[in-house]
Amino acid sequence: MENKHQWPLYEVFIRARGGLDHKHVGSLHATDARMAIEHARDLYTRRQEGVSIWVVRSVDIVASDPGESAALFEPARDKIYRHPTFYEIPDEVKTL
Amino acid sequence: MSAATIAATAAVTATATIAATAATTATTANAATAVTPRATFAYLLRLGDLSLVLAQRLGEWVGHSPALEEDLGVANIALDLIGQARMLLSYAGEVEGRGHGEDEIAFLREHGEYLNATLAEQPNGDFGQTIVRQVLIDAFQLELYERLAASADERLANIAAKTVKETRYHLRYSAGWLVRLGDGTAESHARVQSALERLWPLTAELFAADTVDRAMTDLRVAPPLEQVRSAWSARIDAILAEATLERPRDQSYAWFGKRGQHSEHLGYLLAEMQYMQRTYPGARW
Repeated sequence: MENKHQWPLYEVFIRARGGLDHKHVGSLHATDARMAIEHARDLYTRRQEGVSIWVVRSVDIVASDPGESAALFEPARDKIYRHPTFYEIPDEVKTL
Repeated sequence: MSAATIAATAAVTATATIAATAATTATTANAATAVTPRATFAYLLRLGDLSLVLAQRLGEWVGHSPALEEDLGVANIALDLIGQARMLLSYAGEVEGRGHGEDEIAFLREHGEYLNATLAEQPNGDFGQTIVRQVLIDAFQLELYERLAASADERLANIAAKTVKETRYHLRYSAGWLVRLGDGTAESHARVQSALERLWPLTAELFAADTVDRAMTDLRVAPPLEQVRSAWSARIDAILAEATLERPRDQSYAWFGKRGQHSEHLGYLLAEMQYMQRTYPGARW
């Protein structure tokens, strides 16, 4: 995955404003974490998109196996009582 | 034309412009600037041209950087610098009082009328040399603008307050790179050390106070340059230590870009920078 001519890949997460959570916005190449933050700042926050940046080496992310998605996700399909659809959400609540 | 002739012409042109300016400048709202408008004009050009010329150099990297991400990083710094130049040169035009706007000042002056320090116009060289030039100037601008934020000239103080935030990031970026390259491989270390030796003598000019600098300091428009120098020096020492680079020995002051006497490199830079404005005067899009 890594070779000498390509800098390591980092995944970038941006918090758009206080109170929201960090969202994945894309990825970039950098030689180290400090450079990754600087690149993320220049690439993903140049139009004031964020107030906080997280970066993480892409190789450090452990992902679920698409081949196992039936076993992992389908058992939840018929358990509608787990969804909070029986509550009224007040209008004032914006980001639930 | 030989370099010596250009330098001589430049000196004459600069003097003539300053004299003409002095004769035509009328009243300005600010008491401090009204006392010595031509010194203020020259001082604002020095600040603005330093940012403008450095931005033009950085722009040359676009499409040629070591990585796509650096293209954006370097261009981003260049855009900040152009923004600073716009504010400073617009203000300079008002102080000059001849009705020249930012575009005329930025693009339609002659070689000898640019008052940027000689260091800014030095060619990019390899990426390491660009970074060395950037660290030296970023640290200078940071120490200078932190103090200019308390200037007796309110307009300049406001420009400085905005500039400080941008410059702090520029130095973070450039110093990060210098440490990476200096403390990197034998090859990268040797390259940035040699760029440092090459550019170091040009830093003397930044701190060599002349009549313009002293007039600004006396009016409390600008800080004493010795003060900026010692702060800059300490900051640079810390960065060089982290980058495992050796600080070159100081040499006597021999360059006069800030008085309009430039190295041979500025003419080529201006030819490219001014082309559009001279070919299509007042063009808009």
